[in-house]
Amino acid sequence: MEKRTDKNSYTIIFAIAMVVVVGVILAGLFGWTKPMITVNEEIEKQQNILYAMGINNNDDTSANFVSTDEAPELFKKYIKKQLVVSSDGKFTENNQAYLIDVKKEQAKAKAGEARQLPLFVGEDEKGKKYYIAPIRGKGLWDAIWAYVAMDENMVVQGAYFDHKGETPGLGANIKQRFFMDDFIGEHLMSNGNFKGINVAKGNADPKNNDKTDNEVDAIAGATITGDGVSAMIRSDLKLYVPYFKTLKQ
Amino acid sequence: MGLLSKKDAALIKDPLADNNPITIQVLGICSALAITAELEASIVMSISVLFVLGVGNVVISLMRNIIPSKIRIIVQLIVVATLVIIVDLVLKAFAYELSKTLSVFVGLIITNCIIMGRFEAFALGNGPWRSFLDGIGNALGYAVILIIVGFFRELLGSGTLLGIPVLGDPIEKTGLYAFGYENNGFMLLSPMALIVVGIIIWVQRTRNKDLVED
Repeated sequence: MEKRTDKNSYTIIFAIAMVVVVGVILAGLFGWTKPMITVNEEIEKQQNILYAMGINNNDDTSANFVSTDEAPELFKKYIKKQLVVSSDGKFTENNQAYLIDVKKEQAKAKAGEARQLPLFVGEDEKGKKYYIAPIRGKGLWDAIWAYVAMDENMVVQGAYFDHKGETPGLGANIKQRFFMDDFIGEHLMSNGNFKGINVAKGNADPKNNDKTDNEVDAIAGATITGDGVSAMIRSDLKLYVPYFKTLKQ
Repeated sequence: MGLLSKKDAALIKDPLADNNPITIQVLGICSALAITAELEASIVMSISVLFVLGVGNVVISLMRNIIPSKIRIIVQLIVVATLVIIVDLVLKAFAYELSKTLSVFVGLIITNCIIMGRFEAFALGNGPWRSFLDGIGNALGYAVILIIVGFFRELLGSGTLLGIPVLGDPIEKTGLYAFGYENNGFMLLSPMALIVVGIIIWVQRTRNKDLVED
């Protein structure tokens, strides 16, 4: 005799019931955790921006953010202005600029619309100014992004890289100190033109002593992720050049 | 083990050696190649699989009499995916830092063939308690191999363990590097994981001839 669970009708009813049950569980859980996750993500952005300008709890080797409790307060203290820059260098102040979704803005630019470029102007205790820009690109598996702090000459003062799903131990290492710290002091400009920073294999300068060669040393086994980092620096930071030119005038 | 009967204890012990999911059943190879360039990643992945396989096996075992056989694979997939998403959401809300570390593993857990393999081969035909033990046993067997491979790949590839330099500084030429030793960059690439797993299989089958197929 055919088993009850082998019948087509049973199979269909079971499938429908399972989808409904799983759907309700996941939707409920998502709705419940959503507000908490949003807050966590906002704090993380603040931590990232502060990290890039050197406000962090780094020890000798590992990268550590300021604590989540302190982040909103420190963000208010150190980030003096939040700007939305347009591609011709004009800007408006907007104290919610850190919530601008770079991914959506990139999609807008692709569709031919004007892209909003958030820029954060920070100032440390010594009065030194940092211009911090968020950038975004593609790694090997998924999105990669970064917050790059520059001075008014577009010399990198600090950077925080992150990724959604790069290979642990290889591409995922872009968020390790040994990679991020190499960017500090690197020039984005070369002879007055924007050149970016290339993540170079077979670099003759593994200790990264030469800061004006527009190159940092790549991570072994993470070629595509490294190329993604070079590409997003080239395409996204370039858009800020007109703004930096206005600073000189 | 006084707590477990001999048969139950075997569920935990067998996968650690003579019925190891990676070296004998040849399951879960993909993640063993992908994430073993560092010891830490191996350990995180092992713990994640331990949780998902333990709980998943129990869930599937409880449902084993009502799952229609025609769509059982899809049902198994939904159970794994749901479990992983639930864990991911809860971590994102309450332990955001930890969730960042784990997020890259989420996709790899869902597609880990050990999980589907144990659901299919064991949980569908056994009670919840035995399924739980089987899940834990296989996850531990998986963990043992992952950690051995991760240990050698990180040590020989980067000269570090858990991110801490143990062989000296390759750029300043201190420690072992002072004698002309070099890190083997090839160890960081996936093919070397396959070779390390191959060596483990070789050693294991040389020691226990029963495992050699004709």
